[in-house]
Amino acid sequence: MSDYHAMWEKLGLDLAAHDGLLEVLPPLYQDCILSQENRPEGMQYFDFVFSEVHGLRIKELVDHRASGGIVVGTFCTYVPEELILAVGGACVGLCAGAQVAEEAAEQYLPRNLCALIKSSLGFKLAKVCPYIESCDLLVGETTCDGKKKYYEILNQLQPVHTMELPQRKDEADRRLWREEVRRLVARLEEISGRKIDEAALRDAIRVINEKRKALLRLAGLRKCDPPVISGRDALLINQIAFYDDPVRLTEKVNALCDELEERRDGGISIGGAHRPRILLSGCPMAIPNWKVPTIIETSGALVAMDEMCTGIRYFRHLVEEGAGDLEGMLDAIADRYLKIDCAVFTPNRERLDHISELVRDYDIDAVIYYALQFCDPYTVEAFQVQQELEKERVPFLYLETDYSSEDMGQLTTRVQALIEMVETQKPSVF
Amino acid sequence: MTVAGLDIGSRTIGLVVVNDGEIVFREVVDTTFDPLEQCRRLLAQRDFDVLVATGYGRHLAQANFADQVITEIKAFALGCSHVFPQCRTILDIGGQDTKAISLGEGGKVADFQMNDRCAAGTGKFLEVMAAAMGLLPEEMGRLALQAEGEVKISSMCTVFAESEVTGLIARGTPRPLIARGLHEAICDRASALLRRVGVRREVVFAGGVAHNPCMRVLLEERLGLQLLVPENPQLVGALGAALSVLSRDDVRA
Repeated sequence: MSDYHAMWEKLGLDLAAHDGLLEVLPPLYQDCILSQENRPEGMQYFDFVFSEVHGLRIKELVDHRASGGIVVGTFCTYVPEELILAVGGACVGLCAGAQVAEEAAEQYLPRNLCALIKSSLGFKLAKVCPYIESCDLLVGETTCDGKKKYYEILNQLQPVHTMELPQRKDEADRRLWREEVRRLVARLEEISGRKIDEAALRDAIRVINEKRKALLRLAGLRKCDPPVISGRDALLINQIAFYDDPVRLTEKVNALCDELEERRDGGISIGGAHRPRILLSGCPMAIPNWKVPTIIETSGALVAMDEMCTGIRYFRHLVEEGAGDLEGMLDAIADRYLKIDCAVFTPNRERLDHISELVRDYDIDAVIYYALQFCDPYTVEAFQVQQELEKERVPFLYLETDYSSEDMGQLTTRVQALIEMVETQKPSVF
Repeated sequence: MTVAGLDIGSRTIGLVVVNDGEIVFREVVDTTFDPLEQCRRLLAQRDFDVLVATGYGRHLAQANFADQVITEIKAFALGCSHVFPQCRTILDIGGQDTKAISLGEGGKVADFQMNDRCAAGTGKFLEVMAAAMGLLPEEMGRLALQAEGEVKISSMCTVFAESEVTGLIARGTPRPLIARGLHEAICDRASALLRRVGVRREVVFAGGVAHNPCMRVLLEERLGLQLLVPENPQLVGALGAALSVLSRDDVRA
């Protein structure tokens, strides 16, 4: 890895604190990701991208800005990437998956707030995230009250454009959201000094759809039993998809899928005995949050699918292509993003139906619900998810946690007990 | 075949040695700050073919001397159904965890619930509260039974509850009433956990806190049924761990 200290210094990072953070990541990556056996060769690209998470990719963003482009940071799957791409911008999902500068963040925010928001502010205050420091604009959204109020505070430190996301999906809500999409267009045009035209937007829709199709293809290959890829590797790819160059990522994911298809046809799996197949559902897991998937997979089960924003929720729906002129395309984009089934919506029947569908399609043995403490939408909606799964007699385990590692032992006991339960209930054991 | 089951909990370590389905040895010691040394001391001069560890220290044991590990959920299910074959629901209140387990066919775990990550409503909570009142935990249970009436303790967080208790003492509230309130608070928690898995008879109460007479009385009142308490409630996990090997052999045969 090259020496990027001069670049980081220019971005205003706190070099000592940043070096400290970079020291923590490789051993964590080793334990959670690299220690896995029989990984596909195509994962090498993603290992490389991760090893350069604060290096080469940041250099690309710096070069992109030097040549007149903008960088836009997002926190959520609701922000239309197509619009950012269409003004010649690069879109990056912002780090918020580790406990960083919690005490500093708690000078601004209450203690009893979800780890994701605290972490996001912690990265900003500690000056250790080169992504947020590279951004010309941050785009927030009203997906929960904590984030909504947090963006007001963050806006004091760096410009934030907040999109108002409706909480229902009726016609009035659609009108509001289509309007919000246009408000973002205006802000992006102002920041970038570029107008969005039909050709650029059509191209952007195609590029992001191709990325989604590649990720959907990968998701489909996770139906294979025996498995050809681990849940942790799939999660890593999804996490990287939030900040890597979309065209290159699409190509690499497709190349990996070619390899996985060969594995499937040749009977090559990630090895080991039969593993119970787990659906992970709930709050997002930003880099480097691999705690729960690692516990699950080192306890002898497989994360076969993730019903999360860092999982299938991110790429499940495509934007309708061929929606006509600029206005038609903007409506098509708005409509696609409004389909997302975040727990902030009421009612949110789509999410329950989707979970049942995933349980069937992915031959799921049990659902583990990952809840970040103090995340109201997801912790409360867990009850309805459990009710739904009870009807289908699918075992359900609710895990409430945060970004600390003190509860690893207790979480491991719960996960292992679930695995024992699933294994003894299966008639095939006898 | 002789099997040793070792349950390494946060407060105590239990050992049960089973030979041909008969318990030939049992002992409980404190976990202390050096659980590995305590285990070695317990296991010294014991003969067995297989050692199965359970409890929160099971992975430590596996890294050092245990042949197999199972979770305490499975261990309690096996142990309780051995002692009471009619058992369908288990409440285990241990040092740092409270578990409610529902058993299905053949004593298999059908569902389970555990407390939140903190020690709210566990044996540790009772210990801290007893200390705040200058009592031994067993004294606090006896005192609580004598109380006529109670005061409401609303905090279940150990830290907050301790401040609440300190406040009650400062206001001159008699200790038996506070002790009763604390037991009621744990009872609320435990019965809510039990209801989440469903309360079906017979219900077995195990774990260290099952020694506490007040908890037992209050839980029986609250649930409207009689609880079955094993003779050695702290050793059920170790027994289950030992039986896990035997039952697997039975299935094979």
